[in-house]
Amino acid sequence: MQPEHWLYTIPLRLRSLFRRREADMDLDDELRDHVERKTEEYIAKGLAREEARRQARLEMGGLEKRKEECRETRRVNWIQDLMHDLHFGLRMLRKSPGFTAIAILTVALGIGATTAMFSLVDATLLHPLPYPHAEELVRVEDDLPGEGATDAGISIPEWKDLQRSGIFQYVVPEIFGSANLTGASQPSRVQYEGVGPGYFAMLGVKPELGETFDPENQTPGFTLDTVITDGLWKRAFGSDPHILGKSIRMDNDLFRVIGVMPPGFRDPGRTVDERNTEQWAELGFSDNPVEASNRSLRLPLETVGRLKPGLTLAAAQSQLDALVASLQKQFPDAYPAEGQWTVRLVPLKENVVGNVRQGLILLLGAVGLVLLIGCVNVANLLLARASARSWEMAMRQALGAARKRLVRQLLTETLLLSVLGGAVGFVILLCMKGFLLRLIPESLPRLNDLSINWTVMLFALAASLAAGIIFGLAPARQAGHLDLANALRQGRGSRGSAEQARTRRVLVVTEFALSLVLMVAAGLLLRSFWDLYKAPLGFNPQHVMSVQLWLPSPNDPKTDIYGTASQEAVFARELLRRSRLLPGVREAALGAEPSIPLQHDGNRSQLIVEGRETQSKQPPLVERSEVTPEYFHLLEIPVLRGRLFNDGDDEKAPLVAVVNQAMARTYWRDEDPLGKRLMLGRGRPGVGLHARKTWITIVGVIADARTESLAKASVPQIYLSLYQDTPKELAIFLRGELSASAIPEEVREMVQSVNPELPVYGAKTLDEAVSASLEQRRFSMKIVAVFAITALLLAALGIYGVVSYIVSERTRDIGIRLALGADRGKILAMVLRQGLGLAMAGAAVGLVGSVIVSHLMAGLLYGVMPTDPLTFAGVTLVLTVVALAACYIPARRAMRVDPMIALRYE
Amino acid sequence: MSKPSDLVQGTLDMLLLKILALEPMNGFAVSQRLKQVSSDVLQVSDGSLYPALHKLEQEGWITAEWKTSERGRRAKYYSLTRLGHRQLEKEADNWGRLSSAISRVVKLKEA
Repeated sequence: MQPEHWLYTIPLRLRSLFRRREADMDLDDELRDHVERKTEEYIAKGLAREEARRQARLEMGGLEKRKEECRETRRVNWIQDLMHDLHFGLRMLRKSPGFTAIAILTVALGIGATTAMFSLVDATLLHPLPYPHAEELVRVEDDLPGEGATDAGISIPEWKDLQRSGIFQYVVPEIFGSANLTGASQPSRVQYEGVGPGYFAMLGVKPELGETFDPENQTPGFTLDTVITDGLWKRAFGSDPHILGKSIRMDNDLFRVIGVMPPGFRDPGRTVDERNTEQWAELGFSDNPVEASNRSLRLPLETVGRLKPGLTLAAAQSQLDALVASLQKQFPDAYPAEGQWTVRLVPLKENVVGNVRQGLILLLGAVGLVLLIGCVNVANLLLARASARSWEMAMRQALGAARKRLVRQLLTETLLLSVLGGAVGFVILLCMKGFLLRLIPESLPRLNDLSINWTVMLFALAASLAAGIIFGLAPARQAGHLDLANALRQGRGSRGSAEQARTRRVLVVTEFALSLVLMVAAGLLLRSFWDLYKAPLGFNPQHVMSVQLWLPSPNDPKTDIYGTASQEAVFARELLRRSRLLPGVREAALGAEPSIPLQHDGNRSQLIVEGRETQSKQPPLVERSEVTPEYFHLLEIPVLRGRLFNDGDDEKAPLVAVVNQAMARTYWRDEDPLGKRLMLGRGRPGVGLHARKTWITIVGVIADARTESLAKASVPQIYLSLYQDTPKELAIFLRGELSASAIPEEVREMVQSVNPELPVYGAKTLDEAVSASLEQRRFSMKIVAVFAITALLLAALGIYGVVSYIVSERTRDIGIRLALGADRGKILAMVLRQGLGLAMAGAAVGLVGSVIVSHLMAGLLYGVMPTDPLTFAGVTLVLTVVALAACYIPARRAMRVDPMIALRYE
Repeated sequence: MSKPSDLVQGTLDMLLLKILALEPMNGFAVSQRLKQVSSDVLQVSDGSLYPALHKLEQEGWITAEWKTSERGRRAKYYSLTRLGHRQLEKEADNWGRLSSAISRVVKLKEA
């Protein structure tokens, strides 16, 4: 278009847009003027005034229609139309407040819940790693499938090869542990991580204060420098502005703080403990305390790396495979062929996301179903309304409205409804954000804070629009295909077409099907949870509390006051003596941290059985722990064979061990394990026992107990006597009438009266521990149950609506039957049958869907089959009862119909 | 928008433009004049007239002015713009070519 064209037309279009009323009046004037002139012409030709006027009007046609046609030539129409539609839609919605309220509330509920779940998924699954270019971050895992070992650790020379391989920008080994922090306001226990110098450069996060480790640093062992988190800085150092350069001691080793990380920065570790790392120490991994030159010596390190930019995971993996092949050829002794050594690259976000993915997807699916059911309900409501408005629609079309225009207007109305509902839901979500955050179990890995960010808002908007389109399509389409004559004939109280009624029935069947699926899912999760909850523990957690304490393990062994088993034994016995004096305590025991039931990831050591040493180069791993003799009695774990430890098993006596039945069955299936000897290899560093080449004799066999995990009934476990060893992470166990609030302080005072520098923490009851391990399952179960109940209620509402409608549709019919002498009970039965028929149809479809869904969630179930007949039958029963109840009210209304009134009803 | 059954839409535009090129006038006068100069052959129905005029106004080919008419009423008077003149020339050219082509075909000798 030429510029002049615009000059002429823009004022015109703007005028149409903004001074609509004036433009309208002008149009009106223009057309009337024409009619006047024509009238005068006819009069001049000899017609009577009335006839002339009539003729002129006839030739012009319907004034409104002409005006509409003129208006349509103005191409700015669509904005005008939209404004008009919105205005009209709002008015219509205001006219029926009941309907509007229910519809908006339903949509708000659905959108709000879905958006909440989506924001959770967004924070945990979609963007779990808040680091730049997080897709380049990987974990490096060494597997030895020939020995049955996965993630077996890495040797230092191998790590150096990885660094030189050209696959990684950075590759950093990590060691996790805890230490006593002294030099702060109070001695406390802190999770720390020893990392290679490239760690912070790899993650790409700048410190809040000071600086981080220099990736070029060549120092072979620990340096003096340490970096801490913002949280630790606030908690232990009171946000001391002079924190940089401050000296602190971790397990009596001296460090100097050189930097503070920004709030919200966390290590992307696999466990909650690892993610709670608060202090980083720089470790060169080239020398003491690390043996750097032995390629066969696998250290229990976690290795994390950042791939070179642009390198895909698959490409990197194949380059790595090539490297592995060449190293195997070069060093056949270090990598024996039976081991089948492979190195795997795993995207780092698997650490965070791995085992919650399925659960979260399930929840997202469940909430999506609820939203869908809500939409179906609203669609039903809209259809009912559309039926009632079909007279209005027909009239408007007869007066000249274009069909397309009407459809567009109806769609605008429904979209308005859905966007309003979505907005309401979003606002509710914002208000309830705090409350919802508290519902999320701690164990759900979240490096990001749950935030309502743009992505989430966009999702809410998209969901609202999608919902609106879904439930708006049916009524809008039907309005477009209206049989005008029929609708007009039915008059204002029209009931709509048979097709509309059928659609509503189909929708109700769908609702029931979807509800059934949700209810089956909830039922299965409920049973899984219940089975797990009721599973025999093998130990008695009631009235038992555990409190943890930390003995320092300084890098210089000469400064360790608990360096030998005898020294630690003295300390341990003194602790036990004083513990028994605490109020309410009946029994006391001491154990290493892994002996705390259901707490740990487990502590595994390599097992070498006498007589089978040469069987494999990579020995199997077993769960091990050190305890005092009272431990088993306190937890009520029965001894099946042999004996437990006694006070005679001290440092000077031969080493003894007690194994559980699972271990006995695994390693000595047909023999008596008593008297057999074994050796235990390295545990994790920082946990005390270094490899000692001394034989240990089995003296007792205890029953299996689910101390590792509620879901695992028999895990091979071995216990050593605490007096024969020096574990540093300890726990005091107390049984009796304990006050959960007073005990932590009392124990702290008691321990610190023996040694004031020991931190005491982590006091909890074992009942809590059991409950906490069920937390995630409980969370899923509760949420799905809430969804299922909501879905069922919505479906019940839906069937109530449809059956009411059926009844009012057939009022005349019922009146006739009653007048002819039909039994009222039969009428009731007839209506109930209709409603039940819909529900059963829904149930049938739903059963098929449920079977599919339950197979998809098989991984989340415990102790119950995906096709558990009890659950399916129970759920169907509940559905039937609810459907009957919902149909009952309209059925009673049908029963009460007064034939006189019904027959008169036109 | 309803189309006149006896005139192709495009030619209606051209005819209206031409009438307005003669002198500015209101809608009624345009239809009267068209009828008159074509000896009642070309008659545009009232229903098609105004939408067509408004479209021409939208395109910027004609412009309107409200004046008080002889009878003291408000009336809208249209006139051609410079752009309108150009458009008229263009359409007249096209029409010329089209009509002579049609004439040639119609005048072909039948076997």
